[in-house]
Amino acid sequence: MPVILATDLIVFFLIAMAVYFAIGSRKEGTIKTAWHELRKNKLAMLCLAILSVYVALATMDSIRWRDAILEESGKAALTPDGAIIYSPQALSVLDRVFSNIRTNTEKTYSTPLSSRQYSKESVEKPDGTIVRDYPILKYPGTHLFGTDKVGNDVFFIALKGVRTGIVIGAGTTIIIIPFAIFFGVIAGFYGGLIDDIVQYIYTTLSSIPGVLLIVSFMLLFGTSGYQGGLLSELNIRLGFFVPNERLFWLCVILGITSWTDLCRLIRGETLKLRELEYVQAAKAFGVGKLSIISRHIVPNVMHLVLITFVLQFSGLVLAEAVLSYIGIGVGPEMGSWGNMINTARLELSREPVVWWNLLAAFIFMFGLVLPANIFGDAVRDALDPRLRYR
Amino acid sequence: MLTYIIRRILYAIPIVIGVNLLTAILFFYVNTPDDMARKILGEKNVTPAAIENWKADHGYNLPTFLNTKEESIGKVTQTIFFQKSVPLFWFDFGRSDRNNIDIGNEIKTRMWASLAISVPMFILGIYVDLFIAMMLAYYRGTYLDLWGLIIGVVMMSVSTLFYIIGGQFIFGKVLKLFPISGYDTGLHSIKFLILPVIIGVISSAGAGIRFYRTVFLEEMNKDYIRTARAKGLSEGKVLFKHALKNSMIPILTNVVVSIPFLFYGSLIMETFFAIPGLGNFTIEAIQAQDFAIVRSMVYLGSILYIIGLILTDISYTLVDPRVRFE
Repeated sequence: MPVILATDLIVFFLIAMAVYFAIGSRKEGTIKTAWHELRKNKLAMLCLAILSVYVALATMDSIRWRDAILEESGKAALTPDGAIIYSPQALSVLDRVFSNIRTNTEKTYSTPLSSRQYSKESVEKPDGTIVRDYPILKYPGTHLFGTDKVGNDVFFIALKGVRTGIVIGAGTTIIIIPFAIFFGVIAGFYGGLIDDIVQYIYTTLSSIPGVLLIVSFMLLFGTSGYQGGLLSELNIRLGFFVPNERLFWLCVILGITSWTDLCRLIRGETLKLRELEYVQAAKAFGVGKLSIISRHIVPNVMHLVLITFVLQFSGLVLAEAVLSYIGIGVGPEMGSWGNMINTARLELSREPVVWWNLLAAFIFMFGLVLPANIFGDAVRDALDPRLRYR
Repeated sequence: MLTYIIRRILYAIPIVIGVNLLTAILFFYVNTPDDMARKILGEKNVTPAAIENWKADHGYNLPTFLNTKEESIGKVTQTIFFQKSVPLFWFDFGRSDRNNIDIGNEIKTRMWASLAISVPMFILGIYVDLFIAMMLAYYRGTYLDLWGLIIGVVMMSVSTLFYIIGGQFIFGKVLKLFPISGYDTGLHSIKFLILPVIIGVISSAGAGIRFYRTVFLEEMNKDYIRTARAKGLSEGKVLFKHALKNSMIPILTNVVVSIPFLFYGSLIMETFFAIPGLGNFTIEAIQAQDFAIVRSMVYLGSILYIIGLILTDISYTLVDPRVRFE
């Protein structure tokens, strides 16, 4: 039985957007020229490849379904009415592919690739004597990044953080794109009172410091909802779509605080486009305002959307970690690098030090943010070199 | 000039009102006082009478925006909005929901701890970033420039949290050079401040250096620089006397807007290093779900931002005579 989270739609939309721009790169136009430019940049292409791996992992983690609960006989368990009972746990493709490392849990901490536990225990020797020693793990040498306090594989936890990172980095901008384009274009195109109102709204919103606005929104709305793990009674009753997801609210709220930059850019560009000859010509021919906007203005601000998208991406991934640290990020059961850092911080002050949680979070996060930064710069330079100086 | 400043301040008034209204809607309307009382008294075993009591004690037992029971002016004044939000305009922050402390007083005392960490971090940060950026611009196109840029991107890609945790671990725990966290008054506070200041400067250096470098390079391509070189000025003189002065506008946009924020300190730094500043105050309030404090801090933060914008505009007119006061 399939289960779709609100944020799964974001991941699907991200892929749709990638396909849209891939098709756009074949047709004539700005995107094609930029792609041509970009392809010459080997480093950017390498970064794109790394980013694609992350997106692929996130996609695998966004397709999920609930299994039927099996009886001992091997048949599906049925309700008295004859309907199949499904497990409240929706496992994704990623969970199923890495099923081994997901379920091969140990008792507690163990160092990366080690064959013994990190702490001593009373172990019974074959001859019956009991000594204090480091017990041999159930699955020695298989945990690439060791295991955490309750024995879960750290590599798998970090892998689960990929989807959260991608969703936060991409979803936030995807959610705001329609609003930013709408308000930016009407403000720039119509001017006058509409322009004043739109400008007033975004100046007011942007004058509230981002973190604080996010905090207030999260305190007020975002603390409930699905946070990973088992589905609640309510969600099982609601059917296959899970709209009340905390991660989704986090994206919306981050979006509210970050749409102003894009809106301001689009407004400025529209102001400029409005005066260009071909728009004037269209006006003179009696083309309606709406078709001018949809045919001449919106396609010509799309490059700004793409630039903002890639440039905001890494900052948002980093912001997630900070928000999780403050305690208003994604829920504890949703795998996230912020949560990993948060627990790792306490583990560094224990004796002996547990460092691999932090290392895994660092490698995965750095592996996403660094290529995103380099690729973002390359995309901006290819699409609009003038923006470099802003 | 004076009329320009006055007009700029008048222009900010509707935005201040907008921020106040927005926070009031968020904190009183979307999240009603009943929700607040329930959260603070605990979700379970809350009787309606207890909620009413709590609301009466904290002055939330009034209608949100319009009190129809009162006569004439009381319709407006006997409301939560008028009692709680309007006083914010003259910086009367009221009392907190949980411990009933005077928020304004708390802000006044905690402000100094925030300033003690944020001012050195700010000044040192600008000097370090500008110095390195100028060096890279001076040696542009060489391996030094290339590696500087690469290191800059790498530094940008590491979360602040790693810098803090790593710094505390290496300098505080392994090398034992500085105390890991804490705060003291007067000169004793210095030993507590060195580590957060260094970490703060390093964590923001990547983005800063890259930004200033592009600003400088853009100036370096201009005609007047070519003229300066042609008349035989040394490269150092060209850089410091001509390029730096003309790069001031983009640099000021970046720098001046954050000056008022120095009062606010840094949310993350202050909690990690247990510095009792305003950032720490905010985080504590968030974790305790004390909405009165969070609301005050949101309002204060916006005011500081708006002041920063005004200061930026004024500083433009000071460094660039071409900017007119229209």
